[in-house]
Amino acid sequence: MIKHINVPLNKEEYSKLEAGDYVYLTGIIYSARDAAHKRMQQCLDNNEELPFDIKDQIIYYMGPSPAREGKVIGSAGPTTAGRMDKYTPKLLDLGLGAMIGKGKRSADVMNAIVRNGSVYFAAVGGAGALLSKAIVGSEVVAYDDLGTEAVRKLEVKDFPVIVVADSKGNCLYK
Amino acid sequence: MREINVACVRDAVSEMCIRINHVLSEDMQCALKNAVACEKSELGKQILSQLEENLVVAEEEMIPICQDTGMAVIFMEIGQDVHFTDGNLEDAINEGVRKGYVEGFLRKSVVDDPLIRNNTKDNTPAVIHYSVVPGNKVKITISPKGFGSENMSRVFMLKPADGIEGVKNAILTAVKDAGPNACPPMVIGVGIGGTFEKCALMAKHVLTREAGKHSDIEYVKELETEMLKKINELGIGPAGLGGNVTALAVNIETYPTHIAGLPVAINICCHVNRHISREI
Repeated sequence: MIKHINVPLNKEEYSKLEAGDYVYLTGIIYSARDAAHKRMQQCLDNNEELPFDIKDQIIYYMGPSPAREGKVIGSAGPTTAGRMDKYTPKLLDLGLGAMIGKGKRSADVMNAIVRNGSVYFAAVGGAGALLSKAIVGSEVVAYDDLGTEAVRKLEVKDFPVIVVADSKGNCLYK
Repeated sequence: MREINVACVRDAVSEMCIRINHVLSEDMQCALKNAVACEKSELGKQILSQLEENLVVAEEEMIPICQDTGMAVIFMEIGQDVHFTDGNLEDAINEGVRKGYVEGFLRKSVVDDPLIRNNTKDNTPAVIHYSVVPGNKVKITISPKGFGSENMSRVFMLKPADGIEGVKNAILTAVKDAGPNACPPMVIGVGIGGTFEKCALMAKHVLTREAGKHSDIEYVKELETEMLKKINELGIGPAGLGGNVTALAVNIETYPTHIAGLPVAINICCHVNRHISREI
């Protein structure tokens, strides 16, 4: 089913999405990948605040190429989500709404998705040039020193994703 | 003896890094086009069409095809009658990578140490493989390698008794495990024989072969064709969401090996299989 949704959604609405839905996202999402997740985990270990309020938000596993002059961002496709599996259940339990990436997730993550009524979206891997056209705003909000791995607040317009894993435990990957 | 100024190498490397991250070689463009025609799943077809559109946007607007512009893997085939002047060759190659990745707005994806992990901020150093060949020319081949697929690559130290069936199983196991993580449709590079490192190097090198070209060895050619068919029957499909196009090509290279061994390496590459060569 094709859906157009404004993000972030509230928690109940994420759980209404179903594996196989083709969804166009409009609104705000945050980018974070390996190094940013490691630092966020260190924050939590030290009882410090995360660099942004993750409640109901969507994290996009992505590290862009640099923007050319006059452009918002460079190439911006998804990276392999499985590398973030170690950190994800905790973030979901703390209120993270959903994730965008590509590739399989661990059983722990799949359980956390069901437990929290969350959802895991996939964007098409290797289509970074095309996907960048759906990103209309980008601002580094944390860990600037990490370069491409910094946390970015992204404004997206009709950003195309597919629901791979839903809150009922369905998963499109075999 | 022919003299070549290392600045020529630096400039060639820089230009090639920029070019290949924005414009895929014709063989790969062709392979993708064929895939759209072959794919039977509607969603798969739609994804493949997006990948084709992605290539057009990348070239027209000079946005890298994929944000993972890779670690620069460089094969240097150096004629034995060449003498490099005005500097150190390896420094010049890395300077070319630095220049290309900085000036070309390519992503800097290299960390200085595998465990300490500070980004070098210019994508150096490259991974460089040298070979000395007859003649007085230098052939540079650059293949920026993304790590979504690199991470799914495998080396199997099989026993001679495992034979060709063992090799087929090893290839299918690696591809199955890679699944959606490696951004299918993939290109599969396979090295069979040699030693532990030789088979891995062959698997990497054979990814730079033109998609659609086969090995000159008859049984290897047949194995390539059979494995492509078997891989596409796995049903992984474009983006791992199901379909009959899981791989665009299977390229295999072989080498003599030891009486006690049958090393097999599978280097998996995504559909953005970037390779570009230039002769100086």
